[in-house]
Amino acid sequence: MSKTSAIYGRELRYFFQSVTAYVVISIFLVISGYFFFSIFRYYNLLSLQSMQSGFAPGGLNLIDGVVRPLLGNISIIILLLLPLLTMRLIAEEKKQGTFELLSTYPVSDIAAVSGKFLAALTVYAVMLGCTLLYPGMLLFFTEPETVPIVTGYIGLLLMGASFIAMGTFFSSLTDNQIIAGVATFGASLFFLIIGWGAPFVGPKFAAVLAQISILYHFESFSKGVIETSDATYYIFLTFFFLLLTVRSLESTRWKS
Amino acid sequence: MIRVLELSKNYGITRAVDNLAFTVERGEVLGFLGPNGAGKTTTMKMLTCYLPPSSGTAEIFGFDILKDSMEVRRRIGYLPENNPLYTDMDVSSFLELAAQLKGVKKDALKNSIDGVVERCGLGEVVRRKIGNLSKGFQQRVGIAQAIVNDPELLILDEPTIGLDPRQIIDIRSLIRDLGKDRTVILSSHILPEVSQVCDRIIIINNGRLVAVDSPDNLRDRLKRSSMTRVRIAGSGDIAVAERVISAIEGARVIRTGETGGDGSALVTVESSSDSDIRSALARKLIEADIPLLEIYSEELSLEDIFIRLVTEEGEA
Repeated sequence: MSKTSAIYGRELRYFFQSVTAYVVISIFLVISGYFFFSIFRYYNLLSLQSMQSGFAPGGLNLIDGVVRPLLGNISIIILLLLPLLTMRLIAEEKKQGTFELLSTYPVSDIAAVSGKFLAALTVYAVMLGCTLLYPGMLLFFTEPETVPIVTGYIGLLLMGASFIAMGTFFSSLTDNQIIAGVATFGASLFFLIIGWGAPFVGPKFAAVLAQISILYHFESFSKGVIETSDATYYIFLTFFFLLLTVRSLESTRWKS
Repeated sequence: MIRVLELSKNYGITRAVDNLAFTVERGEVLGFLGPNGAGKTTTMKMLTCYLPPSSGTAEIFGFDILKDSMEVRRRIGYLPENNPLYTDMDVSSFLELAAQLKGVKKDALKNSIDGVVERCGLGEVVRRKIGNLSKGFQQRVGIAQAIVNDPELLILDEPTIGLDPRQIIDIRSLIRDLGKDRTVILSSHILPEVSQVCDRIIIINNGRLVAVDSPDNLRDRLKRSSMTRVRIAGSGDIAVAERVISAIEGARVIRTGETGGDGSALVTVESSSDSDIRSALARKLIEADIPLLEIYSEELSLEDIFIRLVTEEGEA
């Protein structure tokens, strides 16, 4: 446990001592801030129009009109940014040779992988935590429902955890950070859009594709419900890829 | 005690280490010697549990490198060949990380870090970033991380490579100092280094063991044949000289040529060490009317021994 926390500490310090974490977080906040602004402005416009016409279209509330689209957009931004955060985790150690040093220390692969994973997850949590400012502003000025906001953020955290686990895995496969990043991006995008094929494959496979899709499982979270099956999906995905990472580290040594 | 049992490693079809077997006693400083690509690094990587052997195994203080990898890793300190370090960290936090990862207890942490900092002479650079240090200091940091948990076995892969002569002397004396209270295995292709620091030398070539002995014994072993060099004026007489020398009992011409700037030629003669052939050589050469300039016998240096062991192996 203390070894996991030693690696966790080292990785976290790396993120925040180098500019990596700051650049990723700043860019994330600028883009998500712009999304919040435009979504909110649009909602504002709709409210004004409905006030003038006296006709309120469905979904004209803060959750459906602002929070859900915002969280949906954030999930796309993290899809783009998290691979950049995770690509160096193991690939860099392999490139620089410090992986050899780490492998000859009495540290289990599980401790090493979980330390690295948790560090990246922490950076992501900080990143996500900063965006709480937007719903915070809503809460300050109006009275939206709070439950969907809370569950939405839990969903995003779980989704991000599975992206980070994927990133850790792909980073363990290669000593090339670009390859690790691109592979992570490809894999997470694939999990995101796989549900789009559902209408064309017949009812049986449609259900399967939808179940695999990352977005499908986010629905319930953004509606204010935590479905066990949906939470399990993200947790399973996370542990599955972490397990693959541990296996991949073992095999790296056996193969060479 | 370290016992290496029939250790082999294949990289694809290349056999990097071939049935290597030797033992190292506790407290011994063992030199691992061989030309580049002989399998030194591969062997060390197997002993440190980084690479699994293709066949065979090794026991380190009774623990098998395959079955009890964690126990082995707890007891070793390792400096890999190109000394990989977390260059973005400063020296003290890196050593702290290494100590934590090697399982140094929390209350002993500060003491052991201060200890290695002092022992490796890192006092003036503890707060500096490793990436900005000179190669000599980086090498010390590499050794410091290896000994931070006070390991019973220290494995150093080419610890002095790429250093300037002054740094080499420093690192060597550090290794000698470290060897006083623990077992050390160090690899090198520099002979004087090994003969200065080590109690025993293992010479390997093409992944196979060529010789194991103390530096002095190795020298003795090959001293049985001694070398005599004969310098004659003018290279025109070489052929005649060779014929004359070959006629002497126990003498064998192993090299001719090497004409000096003055046009003289050098003939290297090998003979068994129990008979001094110098007087016979002088008499015969003068009888044959060859303009003899000088005769001197030469002791085999470790370099010669090394080259000969390695080439003999190649010819065999």
